[in-house]
Amino acid sequence: MREAIKKGLEEALDTDPNVLIMGEDIGAYGGAYAVTDGFLSKFGPERIKDTPISEATFIGTGIGAAAAGLRPVIELMSISFSLVGFDQIVNMAANIRYMSGGQIDVPMVIRAPTGAGVQLAATHSQSFETWLAEVPGIFCVCPSNPKDALGLLRTSIKNNNPVIFAEPALLYGLKGDVPDEYYEIPLGSASISQEGNDISLVSYGAGMKILHETSEILAKENISCEIIDLRSLSPIDYDTIGESVKKTNRLVAVDTARKNGGIMAEVVANVQESFNDWLDGPIVRIGADDVPWPYNKNLEAEAYPSSEKISEKILKTLI
Amino acid sequence: MATLKEEKNKRVKKTDKEKNQMLELFRQMYLIRQFELACGENYTKGNIRGFLHLYIGQEATAVGSISCLEEEDYIITHYRDHGHAIARGLDVNRSMAELFGKKTGLSKGKGGSMHLFDSAKKFMGGHAIVGGQFPVATGLALACQYKKTGGLVVCYFGDGSTNQGTYHETLNLASVWNLPILFILENNKYGMGSAIDRVRAGGEDFYTGADTYDIPAAQVNGMDVLAVKEATEIAVKKVRQTGGPFYLECKTFRFVGHSLADGQKYRKSDEITEWEKQDPLVKFPEWIKSAGIATDKDLEKIKSEVNKTVEKSVEFAETSEEPSKSELDDDIYKK
Repeated sequence: MREAIKKGLEEALDTDPNVLIMGEDIGAYGGAYAVTDGFLSKFGPERIKDTPISEATFIGTGIGAAAAGLRPVIELMSISFSLVGFDQIVNMAANIRYMSGGQIDVPMVIRAPTGAGVQLAATHSQSFETWLAEVPGIFCVCPSNPKDALGLLRTSIKNNNPVIFAEPALLYGLKGDVPDEYYEIPLGSASISQEGNDISLVSYGAGMKILHETSEILAKENISCEIIDLRSLSPIDYDTIGESVKKTNRLVAVDTARKNGGIMAEVVANVQESFNDWLDGPIVRIGADDVPWPYNKNLEAEAYPSSEKISEKILKTLI
Repeated sequence: MATLKEEKNKRVKKTDKEKNQMLELFRQMYLIRQFELACGENYTKGNIRGFLHLYIGQEATAVGSISCLEEEDYIITHYRDHGHAIARGLDVNRSMAELFGKKTGLSKGKGGSMHLFDSAKKFMGGHAIVGGQFPVATGLALACQYKKTGGLVVCYFGDGSTNQGTYHETLNLASVWNLPILFILENNKYGMGSAIDRVRAGGEDFYTGADTYDIPAAQVNGMDVLAVKEATEIAVKKVRQTGGPFYLECKTFRFVGHSLADGQKYRKSDEITEWEKQDPLVKFPEWIKSAGIATDKDLEKIKSEVNKTVEKSVEFAETSEEPSKSELDDDIYKK
């Protein structure tokens, strides 16, 4: 996964002189998650810019640079740190185009590790892509595998709007095939990660592994699961979800973010509005517990959704 | 820094070009004043809604400083932005139409008073979160440096914004990366209703603080358009020479409330009366006449033309179309 993101960044730096990267310790240190390791010597300090610890200011610096014709990629050490720069992301990056009547574009990508599961406790384990997905004027994506990471990063950097590129912190070491031939993945497109007939399961990012585990458990009960990877939280691909629901007539939506206010609340409400006639049972929604993320391993696992919890709830509710 | 008085004493004979420049400074200041008065009137009538922050009293700061800029230079400012917009030469009709929320406005009626933009003139907003413009200014300056355009960024801000974290972060980054930004503080003594001494440690002068960030700085009388112009010329030259930042503090004063909703309970009328003695719309024309640059008749002619311009802008705004409902979701994303 790390290598796929790295490849996407290197490609952009190689092909577009207007691309530059800014963030804390991305240069000499090589990045908190080592994604930009080696970039400083390859591309130089003008394009690989180590910033002070000033999230609001280096996010806003990206906005200004983008408004003046560059294509900055901003790296945050954690999506929880986006809070320090939230004013810049929401009030500035997302709103400037609209407030100026379409005069000013902000082609900028903000990359940020997201999610729990690595024992970083309450301040470093949150999933604020769910908050940012609500804001019009920005796109928001979150890949679950190396192939999608590269394809989505290519389109994100080429896009002429601000894009939040959330990278599940759990998945940096994930292995997976990446095609040699060039490809892109459009923003706003979900994918069918596994075809099935009886139940549609939807999640994104680190949730995908849990869905596949759930599917294996349910297969033993002769239940066939179709698995949807949302990939894009803004906009959401309701066509793909809807087609799946039309086939299976059952939907289970899983967030690894807190359940309350999670993106699946939005997914579920929209499916209920638009595809209610196709549903043969209540929609099941599962998310992380609505608690601050604990440090302790067992407590963290308790708050996190698991395939056991999900399959148990499915068997109880839908079957 | 020269003051009006010193200039007057010098009695240097002005060339025609210099005389015209002086008259242009007057015309712009008078245009801003009349524009603002018309805004106030139309706010009372209900034609302009939302929050309306007038620039009355501070005209010399915007006009004096912007007169020193080139086309490739960016301007970014705070929500009290009409003065900067007019001094930069933004279309008066379209500015007024924006305040009226009309389709013909600079932002098609989507931004309003606090968010004036004209990208063609590199006027990058009106920003209404106090201190929000600092980081964006840094990015504009980074682009100037990266693309080697030779341009610089002027970032206007008020004394109230200096307690935001972005102020300190941006001064630091602009200095560390040696970015071509001219920070212009419009110190009008009040952040909304809060006098400086109630909210700031370190006294009433701000420019000395720039030293902490190794940024050269100066202070100037912001009520004196020639002093502001001269100080800005020096500052701009310095930024272009070094490629790095400069900090200019303009001591100024707004004669009216923070917004039209402000009863000004937090200050005494004596203070306003005292500052009105420095009104640039009184002092500067007096100097123009005493320096033999123009007569009352010449100035009246300029005023009469400006009055017509402002009247026409109100008429333009009044008779312009409202945006159609179908425009609601235009301009959110670039295709």
